[in-house]
Formats: sequence, structure tokens, C-alpha cells
Amino acid sequence: MIAFWQWIHALIPWFDGAIATIVIILIKAIALVMPLMLVVAYFTYAERKVIGYMQLRVGPNRVGPKGWLQPIADALKLMTKEIIFPSKANIYLFLLAPVLAIAPAIAIWAVIPFDEGMYVANLDISLLYVLAIGSVGVYGIILAGWASNSKYPLLGALRSASLLVSYEIVIGFALVTVVMIAGSVNLNDIVMAQKGSILNWYWIPLFPMMIIFFISALVETNRAPFDVVEGESEIVGGTHVEYSGMTFAVFFLAEYANMIFMAVLAVILFFGGWHSPFEGIAYLEAGFAWVPGIIWLLAKSTFFMFLYLWIRATFPRFRYDQIMRLSWKVFLPWTIVWIFVVALMTQLKIGPWF
Amino acid sequence: MVFIFLGIAFGIGPMLIGYLLGPSKPDEEKNSQFECGFPAFDDSRMYFNVRYYLVAILFILFDLEVAFVFPWAVVQSQLGWFGFVAISIFLFLLVVGFIFEWKKGALEWE
Repeated sequence: MIAFWQWIHALIPWFDGAIATIVIILIKAIALVMPLMLVVAYFTYAERKVIGYMQLRVGPNRVGPKGWLQPIADALKLMTKEIIFPSKANIYLFLLAPVLAIAPAIAIWAVIPFDEGMYVANLDISLLYVLAIGSVGVYGIILAGWASNSKYPLLGALRSASLLVSYEIVIGFALVTVVMIAGSVNLNDIVMAQKGSILNWYWIPLFPMMIIFFISALVETNRAPFDVVEGESEIVGGTHVEYSGMTFAVFFLAEYANMIFMAVLAVILFFGGWHSPFEGIAYLEAGFAWVPGIIWLLAKSTFFMFLYLWIRATFPRFRYDQIMRLSWKVFLPWTIVWIFVVALMTQLKIGPWF
Repeated sequence: MVFIFLGIAFGIGPMLIGYLLGPSKPDEEKNSQFECGFPAFDDSRMYFNVRYYLVAILFILFDLEVAFVFPWAVVQSQLGWFGFVAISIFLFLLVVGFIFEWKKGALEWE
């Protein structure tokens, strides 16, 4: 690797110092974001296919063999659609909103460790970075709803704003319990602390937190059964009623990127990140040693992404007041009690908690 | 940093492409705000329920609490009983406030 950089340096002498650092990070970032966009595109395809089969339909099957080219056709269609600027809207904020939605959705990926030593940035406070950047995404939705100057978007924005902030507290407290056990807010260290075997992953000592985190992740990403923000039967399309063409597509990308991110984060925090599930089991560990860590991470995340679709196809939509009740009166007391329990267990040195 | 700029570029780029590739035939009806097919009744800067505001304030409180708990959580296994008692007092005060707002009905949605 070093030889390679020396070769580059000899080839282009001015390629050095700050410029080189920025270019290298940029290459890394693009190497991460491009596959991410591809995953988003094919996740929409998977969503339509999976829900189709769950409802005894076939799903998209016309464009390309078995509909494989459907996402590309969708992208092309959205690109050639007109972008409508509503006459009463606040144009600058109206156009700023999609950017504010997607910028955090992409920036948040910077700290995710995909494998041992495989990350773009190894921040010591990566979990706090995730929380901070994650909450910026709310602005995109609020701004979209307000700038449209229309009723349904405004209602959707209000709903989503109070929903997102309520569940952000719950996610915050759930993350505290993880941090308590791992003793670090660095995602790398959290994954390393789960090394050993499948029994060391945090989903066993923190099982209720895992459930709460996953449900809150569903709410944070506006997924069914908590999609009151854009509930079609209630407020038409929520915040993106007035958006069309690529402006809508940007919102869509942000939402799906966030969804995939939440699946990956759940794996990193509760399911051992890149560690193989067969660690510590005599023959299986040796038999699967050749599988790189990133494959395990992606496989586990894929399972969670499938779970999103499964849940969407299974449950009816919640009523808004029920969702708020769930957050404030069920999850919040639960998480506070669990912080107590984990603290007590650590001090008494009981069980798998310390 | 680079990532944030890349994210912004990813927001602006596609919209620009869409603007350049897509047709642009504005007309008054199409650009008016959407309200299920009829002209809008009144201004959309309307009144909304005060509960949304209440939730926002409660969020600020609780999010601050979370921010305070994080540093403790990192080192809690080394702090021993002193840390445990300290965080117990802290969380006790939080829970008292929480019970108060619950009893006051700030969490009810009808």
C-alpha cells in the first residue's frame, strides 16, 4: 500500500499533504456511497417483490428478466419527469429540504466499520456522531412540510417532527445501555467487545433494548406500521405531496439509505457487527474462517432489511396517539429501568452484563 | 466533512439532472397547492395542536438527559458504587419530573 502511494507520488509530484488526504477520503467515500445507492435501488425492487409474493402477487416482472431492470427504469422515469415548483411555496427552502434530508443520510455512513479496520473515519465518538447526524434528518422533513405551504405536507411534517423526536429519546437511552456494557462510544470498540461467540453479542443481555431499538428504528425511518407521516389513507402523501420528479426521488433515496443504515447499526450494536456467528464453535469456526467479516455484516443486515419488509406486509398501521403512547409511556420507562438494571448488575458483577 | 459535502452534492446533483432532463410546462392549476382536487379552502399556515409544541419541549429535556448520561455510561464499570449512587440520584430526579408530566396529562393524546 505504501509503495503504491510512493508510486503515485512519483508520478504526480504535487499529489501530497492535504490534497492527497482529501482525495483519498473522497475515493473511499465514493466507493462506499455508490454501492449504497445501488443497494437502495435494489432494495426498492426487493420490497415490491417480497411484498408482492407475500400478498400472492408476482411483483414487477416486465422490465428485463424477472423485472431485474425495474429500479433503473424507475430512476430514468423520475429523471425525465417535470419538477413542479408550487406557486405558493417558499422556493429556496422547498429546494433545500431534499438536500437536508439526504446529506445526513449519506454523511452518517462515514463512521460505520464494515470489517476490522475497514471504515472511512474512526471517530472516538462515532455513536454520538450517529445520534447527532441522525437528528439533522428531521429538519429535511419539517422544512419540506413547511416550505410547501400546503395543508397535507404541514400536517405530515408536524406528525413526523414529534414522532422522530420522541423516538430519538428512546433510541438514545437504548444506546446508553449498549455503551454501558461496551464501555466505549466508538463503534469499532463496541464491535470488538462483542468478540468471542454468538453468546457474547449484546442481543442476549440487552434483549428488551434490542426489540425497543428495532421498533424505534422502524419509526425513525417512517416505515409501516408506523408510517403515519405519509399515511396515504389519512394525509395523502404527507410531507412529499408537493414534490415531483427528482426532488421526490432524493427524499426517497434518503429514506431508504436511512433504513439500510438502521439495519446496519442494529447489527453493529446488538449482533456482533462483522463477527461470524460460528465463533467459538470448534469445527464450524474453522470451516467458515475464509468468509470475510463484511460478508457476515451484510448478511445480518440483509436479514434486518427483510424484517422491515416482512413487518410492512404483516401489520396494519398504528393510530397516531397509540404511537406516541408507545414511545412515552412504554418504551421510555422501560429503557430507564433497564439502565438501572444494567448498572446494578455491573456493580454486583452478576450475569453477562459486565 | 468530505462526507457531508458529498451528501450535499448527492442532493443537488440529481435535482439538477431532473431539472435539465424533465419538461417544464408550468400552469396555474398544476402549480397550486394540492387539496384533493378542489381549490384550497384557506391559508395553509394554520393553527395546530399545542401538544406538538409540548412534545418538542419535553424532547429537549430528555435529550439533554441522554447527553448527560452518555459520559457516565462509558466509564460506569470503573466508577463503582459512587457512580451508581450518583446516577441513581440523577435518574431519580428525572423520573420525578417524568411522573409529574405524566400525571399532568402532558402525554395524553385524544
